[in-house]
Amino acid sequence: MTPNGWLQFLVFFAALLLLSRPLGIYIAHVIEGGKTFLDPVLRPIERLIYRISGIEAEEMNWREYAGAMLLFSFASLALTYLVERAQHFLPWNPQHLPGVAADLAWNTAASFTTNTNWQAYTPESTMSYFTQMVGLAYHNFLSAAVGIAVAIALVRGIIRKQSASIGNFWVDITRTTLYLLLPLCLLLAPVLIEQGVVQNLKPYTAVSTLDHGQQTLAQGPVASQEAIKMLGTNGGGFFNANSSHPFENPTPLTNFLEMLSIFLIPAALVFALGEMTGSPGHGRAVFASMAMLFIAGFLTIYWAESQPHPLLHHVDQHVSALQSGGNMEGKEVRFGISQSALFAAATTDASCGAVNSMHDSFTPLGGMVTLVNIMLGEIVFGGVGSGLYGILIYVVLSVFIAGLMVGRTPEYLGKKIESFDVKMAMLYVLIFPLIILVLTAISLLSPMGLGSLNNSGPHGLTEILYAFTSAAGNNGSAFAGLSANTHWYNYSLGFAMLIGRFLMMVPVLALAGNLAQKKSVPPSHGTFPVNTALFSLLLTGIILIVGALTFFPALSLGPVLEHLLLHAGHLF
Amino acid sequence: MKKTLFISIRFTLLTAVLLGVAYPLAVTAFAHYAMPRQADGSLLSVDGHIAGSQLIGQQFTGDRYFHGRPSAAGNGYDATSSGGSNFAQSNAKLVARINHDAAEDAARTGKPAPIDLVTASASGLDPDITPAGALYQVNRVAEARHMDPQQLRSLVEAHITGRQFGFLGEPRVNVLELNLALDQSSR
Repeated sequence: MTPNGWLQFLVFFAALLLLSRPLGIYIAHVIEGGKTFLDPVLRPIERLIYRISGIEAEEMNWREYAGAMLLFSFASLALTYLVERAQHFLPWNPQHLPGVAADLAWNTAASFTTNTNWQAYTPESTMSYFTQMVGLAYHNFLSAAVGIAVAIALVRGIIRKQSASIGNFWVDITRTTLYLLLPLCLLLAPVLIEQGVVQNLKPYTAVSTLDHGQQTLAQGPVASQEAIKMLGTNGGGFFNANSSHPFENPTPLTNFLEMLSIFLIPAALVFALGEMTGSPGHGRAVFASMAMLFIAGFLTIYWAESQPHPLLHHVDQHVSALQSGGNMEGKEVRFGISQSALFAAATTDASCGAVNSMHDSFTPLGGMVTLVNIMLGEIVFGGVGSGLYGILIYVVLSVFIAGLMVGRTPEYLGKKIESFDVKMAMLYVLIFPLIILVLTAISLLSPMGLGSLNNSGPHGLTEILYAFTSAAGNNGSAFAGLSANTHWYNYSLGFAMLIGRFLMMVPVLALAGNLAQKKSVPPSHGTFPVNTALFSLLLTGIILIVGALTFFPALSLGPVLEHLLLHAGHLF
Repeated sequence: MKKTLFISIRFTLLTAVLLGVAYPLAVTAFAHYAMPRQADGSLLSVDGHIAGSQLIGQQFTGDRYFHGRPSAAGNGYDATSSGGSNFAQSNAKLVARINHDAAEDAARTGKPAPIDLVTASASGLDPDITPAGALYQVNRVAEARHMDPQQLRSLVEAHITGRQFGFLGEPRVNVLELNLALDQSSR
């Protein structure tokens, strides 16, 4: 842990604060159809999309909204599946890669439709440029837009009074894509290219290396995909090594911008919440809870990864002016410990899942934090949209518990929280651990699950637990030693991703619809204020208690046990 | 329901053309005209043929060159199969590998090996080593090339890239660029 590492963290956090608030206000403005300076260019494109698709911009109730969301997701999933299967007949395949196998194509289509970007394959030897562009990067835009749309629909549920509708799904995803995601990508991609991220459609480059060897450099339209991969908290690498690959993330500056891109929209959405509900203080209180959890996670990873390995001999693991020391297995020299720890914290706090270092090779405790971040539901800024609706579920629970403590009907920003609302919130909270723990248990008891392990002992358990947590949480990062390209993992993880996305979005929309049709009650003496420090602390406490109670037993058998045994001198 | 399905299909195809084709092609065209060197992979030419990418590490063996880090990409620095070892800290194979390599280095130099020289990078293509890792190899390379170690040390120091803007990332030495300079200086 070095002064320079702290400085990088502070600059990162300051930049996030500085940028996310104005962007949040912009989002709140755009999503309700407000005029912007981009209108002259984008408005005609927007109208054209509505006209060709046959979209009439009328209000929808929550069932219609959910129906459109599900049907669109199904149609776009089918597109990606077909593109993968038929890529050898399609253009921009200079390496003549064959069509993708059925189970892998299904897993990947589910993965990108659900904003997970779990990758059971090595992209540079599996996916053609066309598949990456049309099959995968396409979803990086639309799955992000769908997440934001659902979050906005929930916010509308909170602010509307006695309304049957929560917005129009098609308008929400179109405007989000055109006015938010696309312009940000067009700003970010050129900077990435300037720093060295590749962007071409050429065949792979053959190189005669200096030391008389041969090397083939994988190429591709990377920068355009990298931009939306980070801004949409997707995380699917153009290359197997993801953001540790020098063609995806060549310099410390690109790393800084990629980390910032992970948090930018999720953090902005929290401010958009404050703006749209007319209670900026509530937005700030939620932001404070998230910031506490983020800082705690980062500090733990940074500390853990700076520690020397207890069983190495003849190795200099100390920090000096000439090296960053610490645990460098699976990390890049240009990022060192601090930028790797910060990236790992951000990518798992959000549902991004891009990695610039290999979480599988982290120290047991550093790796545990990345896992815990996902287990908490990725509500620390979280995925684009999913982070906001995820934390709002916890807000509903917090208000409910606070109401129980004082013996009054809980209220949230003027809406009474009643039986149906709490049921939907609990459904959301319960589905998640249920998928993870059941599928992990099945894998641990079967040869088809255990056969894929790269590490044995407690770390093996963590590899499997991480895979299902990442899939159900729609994160997409991995303890990548697990060989996940098998029938069992392709199908079971694909299933976990779909459940973890859609079975959790539907209760959110039901909650939105139910809140929208309620009357608004003025605050009274019994109302628990949601814009105070006390509220932030309560919310943080409830997130930690729910997460800890659910997953503590599994964690103690995995990373905690591994840490204790490693420091007692046991290897596996 | 049927109407929504038709909208879904038309919307999917239309946005796939816009975001999946038009957007990346526009960025590719821009990159090709505005920044062709970076867009094509920051390639380095020596005597008219491509010697590699400035950004992608290469395998170096023997004493005449500075070595990069151990690589888990394919059989080592395979740029079509990037990735790390994914060994856990508690994996006996990892600890045996590091201790074996470090013991060899230490026996030769009398000093413990810098951590980056005995650990595999995340990408398997890390182009860099730490300044400590480069200086550690100076005596070996100088001996193999019959050079003055002090002169070689200066060459290494001239190839240290500092933190970007003075605070981002870590100081580092690009192994391929250092070795290219080495070949040129001893011609």
